[in-house]
Amino acid sequence: MTDISVDWASPAIADRVKKRHRADLWLKGGGMAALGFALLMLFILVASLVSTGADAFRQTHVTLDFDVSESRVSPDDIFKGNFRAIVNDAIEARFPEVTSRSDRRTLTGILSNGAQGAVRDAVFADPSLIGRSVTLTVPVSDPYDQLMKGLIKRDTPEANRRLKDNQIAWFDQLQAAGLVSKPINWALLSNADSRFPEIAGLKGALWGSFYALLVCFLISFPVGIAAAIYLEEFAPKNRLTDIIEININNLAAVPSVVFGLLALAVFIGWFGMPRSAPLVGGITLSLMTLPTIIIATRASLKGVPPSIREAALGVGASKHQVVLTHVLPLAMPGILTGTIIGLAQALGETAPLLLIGMNAFITSAPESLFQPATALPTQIFIWADSPERGFVSRTSAAILVLLTFLIAMNTLAVILRRRLERRW
Amino acid sequence: MENSVMTDDNAAPAAAPTADRRNAPEASVKIDAENVNVHYGETHAIKDVSIGILDKTVTAFIGPSGCGKSTFLRCLNRMNDTIDICRVTGDILLDGHDIYDQQIDPVQLRARVGMVFQKPNPFPKSIYDNVSYGPRIHGLVNSKAELDEIVEKSLRRAAIWGEVKDRLDAPGTGLSGGQQQRLCIARAIATQPEVLLMDEPCSALDPIATAQVEDLINELRESYAVVIVTHSMQQAARVSQKTAFFHLGVMPEYDDTEKIFSSPSDKRTQDYITGRFG
Repeated sequence: MTDISVDWASPAIADRVKKRHRADLWLKGGGMAALGFALLMLFILVASLVSTGADAFRQTHVTLDFDVSESRVSPDDIFKGNFRAIVNDAIEARFPEVTSRSDRRTLTGILSNGAQGAVRDAVFADPSLIGRSVTLTVPVSDPYDQLMKGLIKRDTPEANRRLKDNQIAWFDQLQAAGLVSKPINWALLSNADSRFPEIAGLKGALWGSFYALLVCFLISFPVGIAAAIYLEEFAPKNRLTDIIEININNLAAVPSVVFGLLALAVFIGWFGMPRSAPLVGGITLSLMTLPTIIIATRASLKGVPPSIREAALGVGASKHQVVLTHVLPLAMPGILTGTIIGLAQALGETAPLLLIGMNAFITSAPESLFQPATALPTQIFIWADSPERGFVSRTSAAILVLLTFLIAMNTLAVILRRRLERRW
Repeated sequence: MENSVMTDDNAAPAAAPTADRRNAPEASVKIDAENVNVHYGETHAIKDVSIGILDKTVTAFIGPSGCGKSTFLRCLNRMNDTIDICRVTGDILLDGHDIYDQQIDPVQLRARVGMVFQKPNPFPKSIYDNVSYGPRIHGLVNSKAELDEIVEKSLRRAAIWGEVKDRLDAPGTGLSGGQQQRLCIARAIATQPEVLLMDEPCSALDPIATAQVEDLINELRESYAVVIVTHSMQQAARVSQKTAFFHLGVMPEYDDTEKIFSSPSDKRTQDYITGRFG
C-alpha cells in the first residue's frame, strides 16, 4: 500500500468537515421545509372546510304546537292527511295579526317543507295524536337558518337582502318567545338528500358508499389476493408474466374516468345492470382497487422471509400448504393495509360514479345493492353544484364527513399494521 | 491472516479419534449418488459428484464457501426443485430408488429426508403446532393422542422436552436460538424421516447451544443417516464419522473423518484443513 500522510488537524480538513455538516443541515432543513409546506396546505384545507362547514352541523329549529285535528287527518288514511295545512295553521296561530293572503304565504315560509314530514312521522308513529295538539321542534327554512347563523346580515339594505324587514321581525318575535333553538343537526347524517338544504342529509350517500365499497371489497379482495398469489408463487418468470406485471401497474395508473366509461358501456350497456346502482359502482371501483391490492399483496408475499417457506417445504408441505398456512398469514398485515388504502381511494373516487349515474337526485337511502343511490363524493359534487345558499356549508360539511371516514380507514390500516406485523 | 483458525484446525485431528470410536461397523449405504451435476442457469455448480452416504452415520460436508456443499445437500431432498433455473442430472438413489424419478413426489420425499436449516426457522406458531405440523399434513396419525405422543417423542429426542413441556402453547419463536434450532430438529424428526440433512445447523448458535446440538446429532445417529454441512472443521471432526470435502463444485475426497483430518490423500484437502485457504 502507498503511504498517504494525513494531517487531520489541517485547515483544509476542518473546512471539509464544516462543509459536510452544512450539507447535512441543508438536507435536513429542506426536508423540514417541505414537510412544513405540506402541513400548512393541509391545515389551510381543513381550516377552510371547518370554517364554512361548521355551520351545517347545527340547524335552526322552532318549537310550535301543531293541532292535529281530525278534519285534517283521517285516522283511516294518515298518509292522505293535509299536513301542510296543519303546519301552516301552527305558524299562523302565533301571528294572528298577519291576515293578508300574500303575507300569510310569506309567513308560512318560515318553516321548512320538512316540517310537514316531521308532523306526519309523529302522527304515523303515534296515531292517537289525531284530534290532539302536539308540540314539535321542526327545522326552519334555509334563509331563516342563515339569518340565525349570521350569514344574512341585518345591516344589508332591505332591497339586497333575501329576508325583508317584516320577515326578520316575525323571526325575532319567535326568538323572543323562546321558541327558536339551534340543536346539533343529526339530520345531516340521518336524512337522505333533499331539494331543501335545511333537511338535506347524507344518509343516502353513506349507504350508497357503504354498499359500493362492500361490493368493491368482496370482489377485489379475493380476486386481488388470488392473482397476486399466482403471480408471486406459481407463475414462471418469463416474458408473459413480465407483460402482465407491467399491465397491472399500468392499470393502477389509468384515469378513473376511463373505468367509468367502461362500466357504462359494459355493465350498464351490455349486461343491462341498473343505472345508478351501488352494485355497478362497486364493480367499477373494484376494477380500480384491484391493482392496488395485487401490488400490495405481492409486496407483502415477497416480504415473508424465505426461511419460513423453506421450513414448510422442508417438512414436506406442498405448495398450497406453504402458501395458505405459512406465507399468507404472515403477509396478511401488509395485504390488509394495502386493501384498506385501496378502499379508501375507492371511497373518494368520483369520476367513474358520475358516469354510471350515481350522481342522481335521490331522496331515499338505498335498501339494496340494486336501488339507485349516490355516494359520498358524488353527493358532494351534487351539493357543490346546487344554487341554494344552504348547500355551501353543507358541501363543506359533507367533505368533512368524507375526510373523517378516510382518516378513520387510514388509521385502521396503521393500527392493523402495528398490531399484526413482525410476529415471526 | 486468520491465525486463530489455523491453530484450531491443527488441533482438530486430535479430536477425531473420539468420534471414530463410536463408529458403527456394519453401516449400509442409504443414499447413493452417481455423477451428480447441478447447473444454475449458466453456472455449473456441482461437477460429477459421486458419494455413498451411510445409514446410521454422521456424514460431514466441508469445504470453502461457494464450493457447492449446500447445493449438493439440497439435491438430496429436492429442495433445489423450488429454484426455477436449477437443473440436476445424474442419479441419486435413496434405498436404491431414484429420488428424481417421475413417480417420486418431492413432498413425500421431504418427509422421508428431513432438513434442518442454517438459521433456526420455527413457524410463528406454538411449539406444539411446530412439531405436529409435519405428522398432520402427511396424515401420520389418527388421533389427538397419537399426535401428542409423536410431539412428545420428537421433542424428547431433540433434547428439548424438559425445557418446553410446560409451555407447548407458547410461540416457537419466543425460544432462545439454541432452543429454536432443537425445536426445528424436533419438527424435522416428527415426520419419521430416514435421513436428516443439516445445513450449517450451528452457525447461528452460541458455543453452549452448539454443544447441545452436537450432542443431539450424536444421539440421532443411532436412528438416522445424518448429513451435516459445516464450516467448522472442529465440528466435523467432533460429530462425524465420514467426511466429504468439496472444492469448486467437485468432491476431491470422501473418507473416514479420522483419515481426512490426519492423513488426507488429496493436496487440496490437506491445504484446506491446514488452513492454507478457505
